[in-house]
Amino acid sequence: MVLLRFIVTAATTFLGLLAVTFFIGRVVPIDPALAIVGDRAPAHVVERVREELGLNLPLYQQFWVYLKQAVTGDFGTSVLTTNPVMTDIARVFPATIELATIGTIIGALIGVPLGVLAAVKRGSIADQIVRVIGLIGYSVPIFWLGLLSLVLFYARLNWVAYPGRIDIVYEYTFTPITGFYLLDAIWQGQWDVAWDLFRHIILPGSLLGYFSLAYISRMTRSFMLNELAQEYVVAARAKGLSETRIIWFHALRNAAVPLVTVIALSYAGLLEGSVLTETIFSWPGLGLYITNSLQNADMNAVLGGTIAIGVVFVSINLFSDLLYRTLDPRTRNR
Amino acid sequence: MSRPSITLGETPKPYSREWLLSDRPASRHQARLGRAYVIWRRFAENRLALVGLAILVLLLFVAAFADLLAPYNPVQGDLRNARLLPPGTAGYLLGTDDQGRDILSRLIHGSRLTLLVVVLVAIIAAPIGLIVGTVSGYAGGWVDAVLMRITDIFLAFPKLVLALALVAALGPGIENAILAIAVTSWPPYARIARAETLTFRNSEFIAAVKLMGASPFRIVLRHVMPLCVSSLIVRVTLDMAGIILTAAGLGFLGLGAQPPLPEWGAMIASGRRFILDQWWVAAMPGVAILIVSLGFNLLGDGLRDALDPKEAGQ
Repeated sequence: MVLLRFIVTAATTFLGLLAVTFFIGRVVPIDPALAIVGDRAPAHVVERVREELGLNLPLYQQFWVYLKQAVTGDFGTSVLTTNPVMTDIARVFPATIELATIGTIIGALIGVPLGVLAAVKRGSIADQIVRVIGLIGYSVPIFWLGLLSLVLFYARLNWVAYPGRIDIVYEYTFTPITGFYLLDAIWQGQWDVAWDLFRHIILPGSLLGYFSLAYISRMTRSFMLNELAQEYVVAARAKGLSETRIIWFHALRNAAVPLVTVIALSYAGLLEGSVLTETIFSWPGLGLYITNSLQNADMNAVLGGTIAIGVVFVSINLFSDLLYRTLDPRTRNR
Repeated sequence: MSRPSITLGETPKPYSREWLLSDRPASRHQARLGRAYVIWRRFAENRLALVGLAILVLLLFVAAFADLLAPYNPVQGDLRNARLLPPGTAGYLLGTDDQGRDILSRLIHGSRLTLLVVVLVAIIAAPIGLIVGTVSGYAGGWVDAVLMRITDIFLAFPKLVLALALVAALGPGIENAILAIAVTSWPPYARIARAETLTFRNSEFIAAVKLMGASPFRIVLRHVMPLCVSSLIVRVTLDMAGIILTAAGLGFLGLGAQPPLPEWGAMIASGRRFILDQWWVAAMPGVAILIVSLGFNLLGDGLRDALDPKEAGQ
């Protein structure tokens, strides 16, 4: 029953996603055919394009055709790259996943301890500092921080590599297998390539990491405050357990269940943050693909990329929901 | 806070502290003012929230008197003498950009655009969320199911990505950016309004109004909606920072306000070309965005703590 409900929810959400993108692509523009050929094209050309796109059909039939194509992974051809949009997305997506993963790892590894610290030392200077770090993370424009960090760490200090994913020297000698370059390089034992990749990913990765840190530390603090007020903590103290053990083994373990959800959600959020970050760091992922297509009015590519991000976003949300149910026995049978 | 005891028969002076904190307000007017006073006291205890409020008052002031405050024309610069001057140059506190325009003047005029975006998005998105949420919560049944599914679908997209696609279809421009952000902003409001509605949907006062023969339309409009407003205001204030950042992001990508409008995000984009040597052109507008969205975040946190003490300290 739960599983059935889950499947129905997922199916309607994906259907809705496609309905929204269909609406944006076909209904919002006054004439999609005109958008493709330009407003100076002769009338018969416009008419032919309209027919090719199926724009002369009634709207519900257009949507049906759109749905059938979408299910088979056909989102049209990109005007800019002349490839099918799906091929393009499959090519650029690993880069985005790699960046978002590094960002989440950095965010979780720093954010969770910071949140625990803030909760344990509630009201102290440390708590205030963590709060300010979080507040700035919520308030700063990511692209601006990216630009300034490039100036500082690349141009002035030369600690990191220039924008991009890999040095031009390695571009032709390194043959990735999976598209996740860092893993590929380590797998093949090419340590100089791995180091170069690391120097490219560390700055955009840290930037995204900072944003997920702001969210994760805030939520960790609130969960830990909740746990530390429970009676089992008092009982553990009465037993004479060390404070370290109580905090890290007893309280954090109970806070871990909602934390997993938070980390999954922040991962989904980074997909969004990657759009602007990739633009700044010339990171050849989905975000850069979408913004490049935008500049060239390549609507198929923009909508294909939007759907791809939407699908991953929804999947992560559904998955974290499922994970929560599995990890927390109290939510079962509800 | 000690409550002054009031003996019957002796009424405190109107608008005095005792009058405001009275346990037995004599009029609706007094009760309302008293409640507002208590909330204000709780809010004012939080120093950071006051800082947030001060930032926003300053923003309003700057936007209102931009013409008087800005030392130069924000759109037309002095190309011959004042190109890319560093901050602190005589007469140009924050320096000038590549077209010889005073950055401070552009920031001052840009505050109007920021306010325009924030206010319009709030005016469009909050009522939509309020209507969808209260109707869905009060009606229940299939109306609720359908409306909440639609809400979930909009929540399924990351905000910025959906706004990008919408602006791509509508065409760039500040009006379309505002519309796109509003379309992506209402779903959380609907969720909150619905949750609030559900908590008092079966309460006695609603039953009483129903007995008196009020139509569902009247109940939702006059009795349900006003009770949802305060939590909605908190959420909208907390969202303002995100709205400003999304608008700036759209501006940065060239999809928001078009040149020569001094929109802060677009200003960062135009400064990007000189970032290595003339860093201030891109840096200054970012500082402005940071300060204003920080202000909204601080104010929102403070409002939440003041209006909803059970969540305070979280």
